[in-house]
Amino acid sequence: MTAAAPEPKANMGQPVPRYDAAAKVTGRATYASDMPLDNPAYAFLVTSAIAKGRIDSFDLDDARSVRGVIDIVTHENAPKLKESKLFSNGGYAGTTIQPLKSVDIAHDGQIIAVVIAESYEAAREAANRVKVSYTAVAPSASFDSPGTTAAAAKGQNAQFKEDAEVGDFARAFDAAEVKLTASYDTPAQHHNPMELFTTSCAWMGDNLVIYEGSQYVYGLKNGVAEQLGIDADKVRVVNPYVGGGFGSRGSMTPRTAIIAGIAKRLNRPIKLVPTRDQGFTIATYRAETRHEIRLGAGRDGRLVALRHDGAEVSSRPDAYCVGGTKTTTRLYACPNVASLVSIVRADRNTPGFMRSPPEVPYLFALESAMDELAVKLNMDPVELRRINDTNVEPIGGKPYTSRSLMACFDEAAKAFGWSQRSPQPKSVSDGDWLIGYGCAATCYPTQMAPSAARVRLQRDGRTRVEIAGHEIGTGAYTVIAQTAAERLGVPLEKVAVFVGDSDLPPAPVAGGSNSTASTCSAVMMVCDQIRQRLFKAVMPSDSLADKAKETVGISQAPSTQAAKSDRPLDIEKAFDALGVGIVEEYGEWKPEGAPLDSFMAMHSGHARLVGGHQMKDKIAYAFGAEFVEVRVNRFTHEIRAPRLVGAFAAGRIMNPRTARSQLMGGLIWGMSSALLEATEIDQRNARYVNDNLADYLVPVNADVPGVEVILLSEQDDHINPAGVKGLGELANVGTNAAICNAIYHATGQRIRKLPVRLENIEA
Amino acid sequence: MAVQALSTAAAANNPLTKATAQPLAGGTTLIDLMKLDVMRPAAIVDINSLARGWSAIEPASDGLRLGALAKMSNVAAHADIQRNYPVIADSLRLAASAQLRNMATLGGNVMQRTRCSYFRDISYENCNKRNPGSGCAAMDGVNRMHAVLGTSDQCIATYPGDFAQALIALDAAVEITGKAGTRSMPFAQLHKAPGSTPDIETALQPGELISAFSVPGRWPRSVYLKARDRQSYEFALSSAAVALDVQDGTIRDARVALGGVATVPWRAREAEALLKGQKFDDGLAQRVADAAFADAKGRQHNSFKIALGKRVVAHALQQAVTMEI
Ligand SMILES: Cc1cc2nc3c(=O)[nH]c(=O)nc-3n(C[C@H](O)[C@H](O)[C@H](O)COP(=O)(O)OP(=O)(O)OC[C@H]3O[C@@H](n4cnc5c(N)ncnc54)[C@H](O)[C@@H]3O)c2cc1C
Ligand code: SF4
Repeated sequence: MTAAAPEPKANMGQPVPRYDAAAKVTGRATYASDMPLDNPAYAFLVTSAIAKGRIDSFDLDDARSVRGVIDIVTHENAPKLKESKLFSNGGYAGTTIQPLKSVDIAHDGQIIAVVIAESYEAAREAANRVKVSYTAVAPSASFDSPGTTAAAAKGQNAQFKEDAEVGDFARAFDAAEVKLTASYDTPAQHHNPMELFTTSCAWMGDNLVIYEGSQYVYGLKNGVAEQLGIDADKVRVVNPYVGGGFGSRGSMTPRTAIIAGIAKRLNRPIKLVPTRDQGFTIATYRAETRHEIRLGAGRDGRLVALRHDGAEVSSRPDAYCVGGTKTTTRLYACPNVASLVSIVRADRNTPGFMRSPPEVPYLFALESAMDELAVKLNMDPVELRRINDTNVEPIGGKPYTSRSLMACFDEAAKAFGWSQRSPQPKSVSDGDWLIGYGCAATCYPTQMAPSAARVRLQRDGRTRVEIAGHEIGTGAYTVIAQTAAERLGVPLEKVAVFVGDSDLPPAPVAGGSNSTASTCSAVMMVCDQIRQRLFKAVMPSDSLADKAKETVGISQAPSTQAAKSDRPLDIEKAFDALGVGIVEEYGEWKPEGAPLDSFMAMHSGHARLVGGHQMKDKIAYAFGAEFVEVRVNRFTHEIRAPRLVGAFAAGRIMNPRTARSQLMGGLIWGMSSALLEATEIDQRNARYVNDNLADYLVPVNADVPGVEVILLSEQDDHINPAGVKGLGELANVGTNAAICNAIYHATGQRIRKLPVRLENIEA
Repeated sequence: MAVQALSTAAAANNPLTKATAQPLAGGTTLIDLMKLDVMRPAAIVDINSLARGWSAIEPASDGLRLGALAKMSNVAAHADIQRNYPVIADSLRLAASAQLRNMATLGGNVMQRTRCSYFRDISYENCNKRNPGSGCAAMDGVNRMHAVLGTSDQCIATYPGDFAQALIALDAAVEITGKAGTRSMPFAQLHKAPGSTPDIETALQPGELISAFSVPGRWPRSVYLKARDRQSYEFALSSAAVALDVQDGTIRDARVALGGVATVPWRAREAEALLKGQKFDDGLAQRVADAAFADAKGRQHNSFKIALGKRVVAHALQQAVTMEI
């Protein structure tokens, strides 16, 4: 594996090192739990040991006797909080199950008490001594459990708008020359970001500061204010660094308002550090899904019929829905398409976004089925994709703004050595290992949301960019700094970036891979406002200045950093003409097609994402192709994936170094999801069993000796000013299918249920 | 809770004699289980102060002696052990992670406790090992990692360690030091199968410490084969420690021990008997593997371990027979 940063190609920024690299590797980066608090008390959660039923009583005597215990909060004495609606119904919450409200228990690991003590250790000790008597009711754990209810997603989840459909699937499928019907299963998975689901709440008078890793500081601020019944202006959320989110910190969890309420009552800052296993139930997760795919094709490989039915698990009260058929019905040319998504309610905590929420499970099904179809047709799976490649999505007939799917296949195939593959399964081995090659397409919708930014330029070129974006490890600081430096023509070292603070101008949720597109578009716009002011100061007429701001570069150091231009404007001259020391601009940017209320929504913590298939007369997706080599041991049936190769095209690549890192992490996670990750559910009691990092396996270095990322040059002028498609969630989509397809090639066995473990390989 | 350092294991005032005191070596099992509130010792006695005398690695021509406080990493990296006892070196090298192996001691390793998820989660009342008489949550729960050999109707928890399989295969003895001095017993007698008392895991008495292990002879023709879900840092789904003495194609002595599949370190003596005096071929390997798992009982999620275990044994034998020494 090479460590050097990739060289930029056309329409790529410089691979500058991460803005925060030194701070991170030296441990100076301050995460939310590192923030100093004045004389804090420590909280420890007590969570339920049953998934359904009620609390009969607590015995707290033993717990209270632990030295240092300050208070034990249960439903009997909890602060009264207002309800919050689910984010998909116009609220902020990831779950409407509000703990500490009553004796009722709705899922395993529900918060039932909070112990507050002078030290973390005392709080934990006391929490372990809390005795609870329950009346348990048999819960429904998952799909096959008695007592679940199933219904179509449409109508119960406001964000699930349509079961995509076109033509006459039934007739076309009946008449198809080649047919495939297959079912696929994906397991429950948990994000397990390194940073635990901590929160610290400190009041100063009526003002609340929350230090918490969040992917949406404006959402959290407004959500907590709503629950506490206070003005949102009185709440500030701060998290300069977030220790991984992957979707788990996108919506508000119940813990924050509870801790804030207790802190208010005690008149003391409180720090909560939940355990790893509590993280499995006090936040969201990816629920298990089931799929049936039906494909009909001509002997030439052309798809004539495609149907994708998906089923997903959610909690009793909340209809969370991933609904990936919006993507799988539009990926390939096909005149007759049908789909149906349904939701099965069980006694579980409410699931939520997890990296590439819809595409991961749904594309696993489709891209596995495409491989099965290629086998039936006796056709190379890459060629099957080529035959069905399209620039117009079949459901609404809208053109893709750009689509480099086959270019990605060709580049990745070349790097991988695909042409050497013999299509015959079980035909290659190396000592004890059967070798298989497999591939799959990957894609992710291009999304954007309104964002504001404030930029301040000084005469000496020092620049300060303020935007309530989120550094969840993706490189937000870096690409925002690059954008401002480039636009204002100042050296990168002179740009200071501030994110992760809800007192800054609002940015959208760091989810749906929209952050770079949205925040950089806003920063570009505000930098242009500054440019305009400078130009106006030195240009004789406004119209000339308007024209110049489009085409002429400015520069604080003309010889080095000038953007493209013959005669850049000298910043110092412009400042002198303006007669000011600082130029500061604030601006609000919204993407084309954003609803009218989107700026208001932005300020009140509702991110209105647009893009993907929801654009008016076009559809925007990033694409890629992934190739893997798997090895299956003849004797132990152990499965390893020593080589992962992906090629990706995602519009403008702001920084090839940080982009590659995202995509590499995606490939590794995709492999993990195919071979390792599953949350085991005890079917008797609907409880998670392997809720720790020793039992919930993620890859170690030895599992990923070879990961190669190829960045394709792509320019797309139809998406957003930054030209960025977003790629944080692109790479982990196709890997599941690519690995199963490779396992088929290695062993001749088609495995349709994830994760694939050694016991799933037959002798 | 008191933490104290121990200066001599034999001293009369040895605080360990209290049943509620726990020795602390590397701490990689003990501290974890205390954080989970599974182990609640009233006192912790830090035995690392004995390291100077108890961490020697002493290979000799007639056998090997390993101090109980030797670190896993140091033993695994020792050239003599890699040459003359590859099964020991590999059982340690393939265990846990580099960081853990640097902390963990041999004594602590053999004393590590089961990874049964229900044992490690105190919100489950029913665990006979943790709460004698309370039942067993794993029996009909998620039991993919659980044992198929040596189980009882009280407990099916797997003994998770790797090194112990090498020790039991090689007829090691364990040296135990306590108030009354030092005694020695076959390593095979250290661990107790769950039977009706899964809470009693070893033959150690309060106040007794493992001070060393000794292995008779040399076993250059030996292998440790470990099948697991990921390439490193993971417990065995099935493992085999195999040691052979082959002369002129005839197996004169054979040792087979199984890991990841049994409630205690597991010696497959019936299987060994089939090998002695024979010439190796695939058919024999298969019969040996079948014999090793003749009494195995699977449950809902772990039945695969029986077929897997057989293939692991057969392949480990194959590797041992063909290895260059
Ligand atoms: C994530 C993870 C993965 C792991 N993977 C593996 C694996 O793949 N294979 C494997 O074999 N192990 C594995 N381990 C277990 C690890 O090897 C053990 O935790 C370690 O060997 C214990 O040694 P220690 O010195 O840290 O013991 P400690 O934690 O100090 O002690 C363990 C127990 O033994 C007692 N004890 C310690 N020393 C003595 C003594 N001399 N005499 C009597 N009693 C004593 C203690 O009181 C305690 O009860 C893993 C552990 C973790 C956390
Ligand atoms: S298998 Fe043993 S350790 Fe696990 S729950 Fe049952 S009794 Fe407890």
